[in-house]
Amino acid sequence: MKIDLRVWRQAGPDAPGAFETFAGLEVSPDQSFLEVLDEVNSHLEAQGREPVVFDHDCREGICGSCGAVVNGDAHGPVKRATLCQLHMRSFKDGETVSVEPFRAKAFPLVRDLMVDRAAFDRIIQAGGYVTARTGSAPDANAVPIGKPTADRAFDAAQCIGCGACVAACPNASAMLFTSAKVTHLALLPQGQPQRYQRVVDMVGRHDDEGFGSCTNHGECEAACPKGISLDNIARLNRDLIVATLGGRQRAP
Amino acid sequence: MKLDSRVPGGPIETSWDRHRLNIRVVNPANKRKYHVLVVGTGLAGASASATLAQLGYRVSTFCFQDSPRRAHSIAAQGGINAAKNYQNDGDSIWRLFKDTVKGGDYRAREHNVWRLAQVSVDIIDQCVAQGVPFAREYGGLLSNRSFGGALVSRTFYAQGQTGQQLLIGAYQALAEQIHRGAVKMYPRTELLDVAVVDGKARGIIVRDLMTGAITRHAADAVVLATGGYGNVFYLSTNAKGCNVTATWRAYKRGAGFANPCFTQIHPTCIPVRGEHQSKLTLMSESLRNDGRVWVPKRAGDHRPPGQIPDDERDYFLERMYPTFGNLVPRDIASRAAKRMCDSGHSVVPGGAGVYLDFRDAIQRLGRDAVADRYGNLFAMYEQIVGESPFEVPMKIYPASHYTMGGLWVDYNLMSTVPGLFVIGEANFSDHGANRLGASALMQGLADGYFVLPYTIGDYLAGEKAGFADAQHAAFADAEREVIGRNERLLAVKGKTSADAFHRRLGRIVWDKCGMSRTREGLREALDELPKLREEFWSDVSVPGSGASLNQALERAGRVADFLEFAEVLCRDALEREESCGGHFREEHQTEEGEARRDDERFAHGAIWEYQGPDKPPVRHTEPLKFEHVPLTQRSYK
Repeated sequence: MKIDLRVWRQAGPDAPGAFETFAGLEVSPDQSFLEVLDEVNSHLEAQGREPVVFDHDCREGICGSCGAVVNGDAHGPVKRATLCQLHMRSFKDGETVSVEPFRAKAFPLVRDLMVDRAAFDRIIQAGGYVTARTGSAPDANAVPIGKPTADRAFDAAQCIGCGACVAACPNASAMLFTSAKVTHLALLPQGQPQRYQRVVDMVGRHDDEGFGSCTNHGECEAACPKGISLDNIARLNRDLIVATLGGRQRAP
Repeated sequence: MKLDSRVPGGPIETSWDRHRLNIRVVNPANKRKYHVLVVGTGLAGASASATLAQLGYRVSTFCFQDSPRRAHSIAAQGGINAAKNYQNDGDSIWRLFKDTVKGGDYRAREHNVWRLAQVSVDIIDQCVAQGVPFAREYGGLLSNRSFGGALVSRTFYAQGQTGQQLLIGAYQALAEQIHRGAVKMYPRTELLDVAVVDGKARGIIVRDLMTGAITRHAADAVVLATGGYGNVFYLSTNAKGCNVTATWRAYKRGAGFANPCFTQIHPTCIPVRGEHQSKLTLMSESLRNDGRVWVPKRAGDHRPPGQIPDDERDYFLERMYPTFGNLVPRDIASRAAKRMCDSGHSVVPGGAGVYLDFRDAIQRLGRDAVADRYGNLFAMYEQIVGESPFEVPMKIYPASHYTMGGLWVDYNLMSTVPGLFVIGEANFSDHGANRLGASALMQGLADGYFVLPYTIGDYLAGEKAGFADAQHAAFADAEREVIGRNERLLAVKGKTSADAFHRRLGRIVWDKCGMSRTREGLREALDELPKLREEFWSDVSVPGSGASLNQALERAGRVADFLEFAEVLCRDALEREESCGGHFREEHQTEEGEARRDDERFAHGAIWEYQGPDKPPVRHTEPLKFEHVPLTQRSYK
């Protein structure tokens, strides 16, 4: 099958950007989308031209490195899949496929399809952990955790930090990302001691980074390759209200 | 080359405890004066960084990904072993120790394996305390499953995303230390050389992948946690970024490279389709708990699987290995699948593949229970292949997955270069010639949480803190070499992308040094590799400049190192005139086609020492003694 591929090219955050079209690309339906980009890059490099810059690593949908907006959808048209899990059989012969970077103020563009998502790391650093010094843990079975609770914590913990939720949100909010971590830890007994401080610190950092507020559009959940639920945001808000009413403030 | 394993004497049961008592310790007030560099943020690197920082050391941590959370440990699916005996099925440290030594086909150091088994129980406690959401039973206690090479259920798991959950646990511990200012984190930064001053590792040279800036980092010790070299085969289950560069450059600075020919080919991966393929995807070994591996009895039978009745199916693993059945170790399962396909029973016409069938499990347990155990794996398979394993058996075939070989380390995890420590998959220590399933996560976290943080103190206590000086000539020389090398790559201005060379390299290494190897094939590879390398350096095209973000340059640098490394890999495979674990030499097999070890001549680790660019490396040996697990022919019948 053949496609016309339009790729966003931009040399740097302050440089002007534009689509470059690679017309009439011969692709196989079994080929993954990133493998098409590989091939384009291999040709560009052989001609001495700079390849399309994009982040990718595991290519099995778990590391969260890859991500771009394909034909208007974060990670492309397939639900519950990352960009690396998108295959050409999802497109029609002769179709024009446009790919552009995740766009959000808090994700500054680096080059072409690559953006800087370090803000996510800083949100986790602000409190997305359980303080548990190595070697100080009690026996793993000392505290039983009911299966339904453990499963819900696991569901939230599946977030891969790819940023599709931010790219899909009209407000460029990172509430789905933040709430997934808050929920994962708030549901577990091990997460209780820092539960309310954590939510205050992480939401504070989220706002500092320039992410927008959540207004319940739900685009994030629809775009999330791991199916992280909007319910997590409700849970975060409950904990945030409890924490703020209790007079809890951000750690210095 | 001095190879002192520093293994403690005396009874093995107390060897690690006595060693911890006998090694030197850095006074808590002095720890902050010591600066440690950790390269890599997978399970080993992230857990080591966090733990060293908790202890009070000053830590700088580097990774080439945009975030430390993305290291390839994240993709590990099935689980992590620990001798908890929560199932009351007779597990113990002794049993895990013996299974691991035997699983590794008697090519690992007994004492290292003992220690691994001993600390395995602490890892599970630590991870649960961090909030790792392991699978649980309805009563709230932890659940277990079985993995290859074991007759007990000792594997802890989080659906098919165990690596992700463990790595996120370690990443969060690291994030806390970054927040405290105890770890300085350098993402998107790649190690390009190690600075060795008067025989000791004193720092590293790195490239900032965003700006292209080359910088020097001096410290009191360097820890490499940079993973394995499975991508030498081009197609592997490794992430695209996984590379040999850090360990290879350390080798060229004097670190011995041990057992490079011990590579693991994983039996259950999605078969290769087409020429465009950039990587292979693993389907977790845990699937063999409930999936049954089979091929049609009649060669060339291409009927759809549903139309082949049971008596015309060959469940060959169950037939050949009735005791372990579908759960034989990976090397055994891989070779059995290859033999079936080589004799015409492949279920992928014109290609190579066997069925992994869940029909019986779905009938026995119900669809929901199967989905609960393997839901995400089935979904991943369906996304790639376009068929649901609930309806049609999976097709699988072996692929390069893990490398047991790596930089040689002593019992303290220190390489032959004092001050240079190597942890996780990057070292050679615990798995011998074959790693058992769910043991990589165990080793990465054992090294990072519970071994290195103690043993590094023994070295640092003998060193004056802050001695390293980035202005030393050794740093300047290393930096000059790094810059010169990048300039050479950029100056070739040929006609072929680095990726195209990588593919060709992969084909040579897979054909001649993959699942089975021959003297003749290895000699051919050793003849072809220098030619390919020469062609690379005269025809590679690396556009752009070194002074900015340049992914083509990153790729080319890694491929250049793989091209050099592949030669030592093949040389090691050629010299090891026996078959053991993942290293299968066709000349050395039993009548049934199983690996035949030669313990008289090869019960040793082979350690390669670099001699310079134009000289062949020298092979040294570290003899292995088996006092607790007697040497026998492995049998899983």
